[in-house]
Amino acid sequence: MNRTFDWEAAREALPLLLEGFRVTLLATLLGTLVAAVLGLAIAVAGRAPSRLVTLPVKAVMEFVRSTPLLVQLVGAAAVFTSVEPLTVGIVVLGVHYAAYTSEVYRAGIDGVPKGQWEACRALSLSPRRTWQAVILPQAVRNVLPALGNYAVSMFKETPFLAVITVQEMVFEARKYGADHFAYTEAWTLAGLIFLIASYPTSLLMRKLEKRLGH
Amino acid sequence: MSDFFSTFLDELPQIRSGLWVTLEATVLGSLLALVLSFVLGLMAGSRLLSVRGVSRTVVEFFRGTSLYVQLFWFYYAMPQLTGYELAPLLCGVVAFGLNFGAYGAEIVRGAVNSVPRAQYEAAVALNMTPFHRMRKVILPQAWVQMIPSFTNLLIQLLKATPLLWLLSAADLMTAVEHVRSLTGESLTAYLLLLAVYFVLAYALTLLMNLLERNAKRRLGLDTGAAGVFRTRGAEPVTTAGGTR
Repeated sequence: MNRTFDWEAAREALPLLLEGFRVTLLATLLGTLVAAVLGLAIAVAGRAPSRLVTLPVKAVMEFVRSTPLLVQLVGAAAVFTSVEPLTVGIVVLGVHYAAYTSEVYRAGIDGVPKGQWEACRALSLSPRRTWQAVILPQAVRNVLPALGNYAVSMFKETPFLAVITVQEMVFEARKYGADHFAYTEAWTLAGLIFLIASYPTSLLMRKLEKRLGH
Repeated sequence: MSDFFSTFLDELPQIRSGLWVTLEATVLGSLLALVLSFVLGLMAGSRLLSVRGVSRTVVEFFRGTSLYVQLFWFYYAMPQLTGYELAPLLCGVVAFGLNFGAYGAEIVRGAVNSVPRAQYEAAVALNMTPFHRMRKVILPQAWVQMIPSFTNLLIQLLKATPLLWLLSAADLMTAVEHVRSLTGESLTAYLLLLAVYFVLAYALTLLMNLLERNAKRRLGLDTGAAGVFRTRGAEPVTTAGGTR
């Protein structure tokens, strides 16, 4: 079944893929948002004074981090059948990556000098003010590049959403490939689109890291 | 519930062979990735621009194009284009090896670069050949630093193996998925599956911790016994896009 690259098919598939690409981007964006917010919440909860709070949180995050995203996705979609697949996908992506981003935040918070905490105590700021006005602004600045890197990672894992019937780019590639027996064109294009979108972002993150002095 | 576990027991041979396929894909994939990591990583430290360029291109290509697409490219597109067809498991091993090898190359490059410059100079002063210098001086020190990152990568690879289910390779997920479809017990089936992957991941982490202790001991570094049981951290990787 030896054949060459069919440019005609590629031209026909491209608009369909780009249509799916919008869903891919949307899922990445919202998933990153969930991961960024949830990760922060988990990192702050992980500093609670009681072990009754910190130990279960740590255990759950360790579990989420050590198990496959695909199984989590398919499982969640099978259990929550009444929820729209795209929503399930975004939440699962967000929770999965929150397990990683929480560690990033933790490192960022640990990086804030101890004197800053002491100064807050000396000024008798409330815990809320301490976090909001002093600790977080310093911590978040340092973790931005790492968060960006996880966003790039998530972007490359959104194809998993196709398995739970979200019509993102890979879903379209699979469909076009099967319908027209043009697997070569569909999958090659999909790969190139990922490369074109992720490489500049990676470069950007690397620059950001250098500027923040890592 | 009891229905699920009785079916599970009936299907035990399939589950066992599924587990075997998953382990096979993990071990073979990571071996290929390890070899590629060293080849590409050491090439990245070459003095020749052309050698460095080849390594950079390959690394960026395989890191940039998504594992999922690579796997499917090897399974669907390659037979159409070349006429060669790979068995699903082999497809997985090749795709996992190339993708994670590209990430691993960055680990190797970073670790080799972090060995103090004076160590190179001392090796040159002792008139060691470049090969000897690498093998006896640089790599043993770099290796200790690589292991924690490699552990993370290995777990990521294990977590990617359920993709084989989509190529209908008879891996662990395929086997459990079959039991689920027979009984309709989604929650039990997936929780069990997640638990098995968690146990596998922890076992691999323990193995890598032992390896790390061994490597440290060879350098005469302090190794606490408790360190073997610690879990891996989700280290924020410093190279862009390299968080896999």
